[in-house]
Amino acid sequence: MENLRKDYSHIKGWGIDADPENDPTYPMKPHRTDAEQSGYSWERPTQQPVDVEVLHSIERPNVSAVFGTAVPPSGLSGVIRRFAFKYSENSYLHWLPLILADRVNVVEGIIDDFKTGHVPNIFAEKGYNAEWKHDKIGLITKFAVAAALVAGVVVLLNKKDKDDYDGDDD
Amino acid sequence: MLAMDYRGPKRIRVTQKPMPEIKHPEDAIVRVTRSCICGSDLHLYNGNVPDTRVGTTFGHEFIGVVEEIGAEVTKLKVGDHVLVPFNIACGKCHFCKQGLFGNCHESNPMATAVGGIFGYSHTAGGFHGGQAEYVRVPYANVGPTVIPEGMDPEDAVLLTDVVPTGYQAAEMGGIQPGDTVVVFGAGPVGIMAAKCSWLFGAGRVIVIDHVDYRLEFVRNYAQCEAYNFREMEDPVVFIKKTTDWMGADVVIDAVGAEAAGNAMQTITGRKTLMQAGSATALHWAINSVKKGGIVSVVGVYGPTDNLVPIGNVLNKGLTIRANQASVKRLLPRLIEHVQNGILNPKAMITHRIPLEDVADGYRLFSAKLDNCIKPVLIPPSARM
Ligand SMILES: [Zn+2]
Ligand SMILES: [Zn+2]
Repeated sequence: MENLRKDYSHIKGWGIDADPENDPTYPMKPHRTDAEQSGYSWERPTQQPVDVEVLHSIERPNVSAVFGTAVPPSGLSGVIRRFAFKYSENSYLHWLPLILADRVNVVEGIIDDFKTGHVPNIFAEKGYNAEWKHDKIGLITKFAVAAALVAGVVVLLNKKDKDDYDGDDD
Repeated sequence: MLAMDYRGPKRIRVTQKPMPEIKHPEDAIVRVTRSCICGSDLHLYNGNVPDTRVGTTFGHEFIGVVEEIGAEVTKLKVGDHVLVPFNIACGKCHFCKQGLFGNCHESNPMATAVGGIFGYSHTAGGFHGGQAEYVRVPYANVGPTVIPEGMDPEDAVLLTDVVPTGYQAAEMGGIQPGDTVVVFGAGPVGIMAAKCSWLFGAGRVIVIDHVDYRLEFVRNYAQCEAYNFREMEDPVVFIKKTTDWMGADVVIDAVGAEAAGNAMQTITGRKTLMQAGSATALHWAINSVKKGGIVSVVGVYGPTDNLVPIGNVLNKGLTIRANQASVKRLLPRLIEHVQNGILNPKAMITHRIPLEDVADGYRLFSAKLDNCIKPVLIPPSARM
């Protein structure tokens, strides 16, 4: 280990970007001017038309000039997301409902699939084909454990227990 | 067009989606030629990132050919083969003007802590990503960079995130000649951070991970020391011991919220989501760095409480630097390094997978099957 510390010749480009001026407490300080320190003082880019519902953080006064329109809020998950966006990023009431909405959204996705006549191929969607190819024993074990859990749950349910199995795979 | 489609935790498929459209005068539409699956995509894949909506396309690492441009796009033309930085940046706001392209304030209405990122949940702006045949690229005058003549597209695609993020991790460490640098995580970013640490003059580079094939890879690729924490009683003690009981000068967290190695954090953070992932690597980083040392964080962490040992940060007088990489700022230098053979990003690519098999690709990568280091997706339209 000692000799590694002294012999750098085997490393192509060693020290090529060393910069004694790199002061880690002031990111990009040389480029900062006082004039730039006050609020929204830049010339804002053209605003993208807001033609879908865009939820924006209450920690900013507006919608950013550009935004994604991948999946506008909808359904029950949308209701929960709208609630979440009433609270700041500093609040659990923002993040926890969003995580809940994501779970609700998964169920909505499955319902949508069936509505459009598409039966999701869970085995393929979870990429188990790859696991079958490269780790057969692991996959078989995983399913065996899941089957045992399901069997256990069935036994418990028959005893009128209200336990719920969520089918998580690993 | 074909695109990856998120259906819920660990459930994805490829579906037909509408072609992306120009929505803003500075937009471009790019036909994807290569895209990667990134370690940070796994946080989305596992359902750990809030506001990841069903129906979204992931993918923030991609290159492609410009197919269409908006009225205000002047720096690109149809037919250009471009590499697209993962962060969406306007180039005009307070933060962009400081070179903080990863912190742009005009690309993400949904959160102020993070700028817009392709295919990275609605918390990062709600943009569809590049694991598709086509993608909408906003602010096409700012981010996309024409791939230099003669550059291998597979090197180019890694310049969209992995290389700059690894490089910036080392840069944020403020590494001075002779410093001992410890990197937690031997995924692609950790591998690149280790490699780049030498460029800043490190005297010793140590990588810690728990997957033997990755350790073997980084040992060869980055010419560094690499150790398995499963074989240690305590990684922090190990680092102290091997640095004359001082601690490392610089520690890089290239792991983030999916960290293994601590049962309590695995249960509360990864299995039950009682906190946003496990902060094991961050704990180790803060605790193994020298007093007055620097912790550089590039691992992705969620927004809620992570039980960070913040008291130690205070007591040890640490400087913590953390950011998403400012890809645009770093590109000219990195392109130079690739062209001069100092960096060889494409050597990290172990799997080339048709876009149609994206679900298998994610499983392969997340379950660390078949010695996978970095998978690249190839859309059908790029195979003709
Ligand atoms: Zn990435
Ligand atoms: Zn900006």
